[in-house]
Amino acid sequence: MQKFILSVLVENKFGVLARIVGLFSARGFNIDSLAVAETEDPCVSRMTMVVDADEKTLEQIKKQLNKLIDVIKVIDLTEKEYLDRELVLIRVKIDSKTRDRVIQVIETLSAKVVDVGRDSLAVEEVGDSKKINATLELLRPFGIMEIVRTGKIVIQAGKKE
Amino acid sequence: MKITGAEILLESLKREKVKVIFGYPGGSVLPFFDKLYDVKEPRFILTRHEQGAAHAADGYARATGEVGVCLATSGPGATNLVTGIATAYMDSVPMVALTGQVKTHLIGNDAFQEADVTGITRPITKHNFLVKDVRELAQTVKEAFHIARTGRPGPVLIDLPVDIQIASCEFHYPTKVDIRSYRPTFEGHKGQVKRIARAIEKAKRPVLYAGGGVVISGAAPELTELAKKMHIPVTVTLMGMGAFPDTHELSLGMLGMHGTVYANHAVQESDLIIAVGARFDDRVTGKLDEFAPHAKIIHIDVDPSSVSKNVDVDIPCIGEAKQVLKELLKMLRKEPDTSAWLKKIKFWKEKAPLKYKIDDKLRPQYVMEEIYAATGGDAIITTEVGQNQMWAAQYYQYTKPRTFLTSGGLGTMGYGFPAAIGAKVGKPDKTVFDIAGDGSIQMNIQELATAVLGKIHVKIAILNNCYLGMVRQWQELFYKKRYSHTHLNTCNCPDFVKVAEGYGAVGMRVTKKKDVRKAIEKAIKTPNTVLIDFVVEEEENVMPMVPAGKAIDRMIGGMA
Repeated sequence: MQKFILSVLVENKFGVLARIVGLFSARGFNIDSLAVAETEDPCVSRMTMVVDADEKTLEQIKKQLNKLIDVIKVIDLTEKEYLDRELVLIRVKIDSKTRDRVIQVIETLSAKVVDVGRDSLAVEEVGDSKKINATLELLRPFGIMEIVRTGKIVIQAGKKE
Repeated sequence: MKITGAEILLESLKREKVKVIFGYPGGSVLPFFDKLYDVKEPRFILTRHEQGAAHAADGYARATGEVGVCLATSGPGATNLVTGIATAYMDSVPMVALTGQVKTHLIGNDAFQEADVTGITRPITKHNFLVKDVRELAQTVKEAFHIARTGRPGPVLIDLPVDIQIASCEFHYPTKVDIRSYRPTFEGHKGQVKRIARAIEKAKRPVLYAGGGVVISGAAPELTELAKKMHIPVTVTLMGMGAFPDTHELSLGMLGMHGTVYANHAVQESDLIIAVGARFDDRVTGKLDEFAPHAKIIHIDVDPSSVSKNVDVDIPCIGEAKQVLKELLKMLRKEPDTSAWLKKIKFWKEKAPLKYKIDDKLRPQYVMEEIYAATGGDAIITTEVGQNQMWAAQYYQYTKPRTFLTSGGLGTMGYGFPAAIGAKVGKPDKTVFDIAGDGSIQMNIQELATAVLGKIHVKIAILNNCYLGMVRQWQELFYKKRYSHTHLNTCNCPDFVKVAEGYGAVGMRVTKKKDVRKAIEKAIKTPNTVLIDFVVEEEENVMPMVPAGKAIDRMIGGMA
């Protein structure tokens, strides 16, 4: 089992999201994360999915997706050159003793404090998986109260020649 | 000129050359029914349950090759279609299901007779539509029919709110349909076809494995030519019955769980399996990792997701069976040497033919053989599900496609009788027999009214063993004969003859072997719906059998 990234272009029509998610649940495919929105063409939406599967299952997933009438194209990004991003909001516990150290840690990352509470801070971080994981690891010792993630979005790398 | 949504729907169905609609009225389809009141074409057949309408549309589609159309109201009407739609989905039957829906502004409001039909049918339709603007209706109908009948066919549902049926707009029926995200493949890749040709020429023990796709594609002539020219034996699935004549010496009959011993052995000893329009279903393969251990696998199919889904395929070829086989026939340069192989198969056929106990008791297999003889093998046979279905497949020789209509994928009890009605409507000059079990026939018995009042003279042969036969068989073989709730007591209740007569049909009961042929011949000659209650041996089993989880050459009643 490993994680694969699929970028699926679909007609921006009523029920498309339900159809794809329904397909996955009906066939027992696992979705790790899902992000969907309009593209440069308002009639077309893009769904970026991180799926947890083995190679044979991935083949079935791609074929079943292609079978759906509203699916225009299925791109398997795992083997391609790509850039990935995710936005994460993290609520970190602070008290009078830890506050300064937490803010110091945040400053060494590119993260921002977006909200200050009585005993917590909300931190925003944007970046690829490496950066997001690093940020979470550095903040974990202080006590993470809540994590809200958008799920990965991916864009293919431009042709270099 | 502006016309209403109901009129647009009717006009659009006419443009799609729809000749028959099966359905049942209700509040949310009143506007459309009002339009139907004035027309003779398309013909409307009123069933007595929406499930009957769905199965009838399915039977009509399978018998004729056209798209079957059924119609129901919102809420419970639509949910009553669900089993019929799922049946069509599993067997790739082209169907358009039309359902009324509550007014658009009430959708999601828990209104009277409201149901999320597009949500409920999403996993069991090839596609579905909810029409929220009357200006999109004509385009939606055109797309629905296109999707239903092309590529791998399937049911498409159109949910039509009642206010859209009343709203009006200009009517333009589109001349073309082009869905950018739906482009099924028709022709096979020439390189792949060439590889297939070379593999066939070199094979020593080839087997043609033909499924429902051959029937759907109209590829029976090409398949027959390929088998005969190359001297390759043919086995068919339940869905592929009639794709190759059962009476030909190259025919191996059906394979799989209740297939013939020789078909299953042929597959297990084969060095080349040529699968055409079949999907390696679990009823066929038995224990997957022991299936066809010595064979290279060729798979010709229109649906890429069926290829290498269960069984790893060596030479796939995506395309319509008819197109690919035509191309293949052109590329074959010499015949493989199969004489030793055919000799071996002949030996197996003589050693392990299909058989049942022949004594003076009335056994269901005998009834099937008599129906075959009395109809000259020229009838359309529909079946219910279970033992009746298996005996109908085994003991009638099918020589033409679209003559054996059965719920293979979903295995829906109650399918056969309404499907027979649909088939008879589509093929009025044919004798149509529904082979039923005593359990199954009670699931859509109300359609006797449809048949009698519509003068759709189908014949029902109930193989009445008083039990839910197939389940009882499994309880006998694997649960120490603990017949938990499978004794239906149909020998005492109901009196099928009285039920038939209550509906104005002809009812007959046969308890002795010597009366079987007379009863069948009488039924065929009677210009009415006829039900024959054949009281057969109660604990007769379908043999041979591949037990669940075993390899297909390890059959109970087999050769091993």
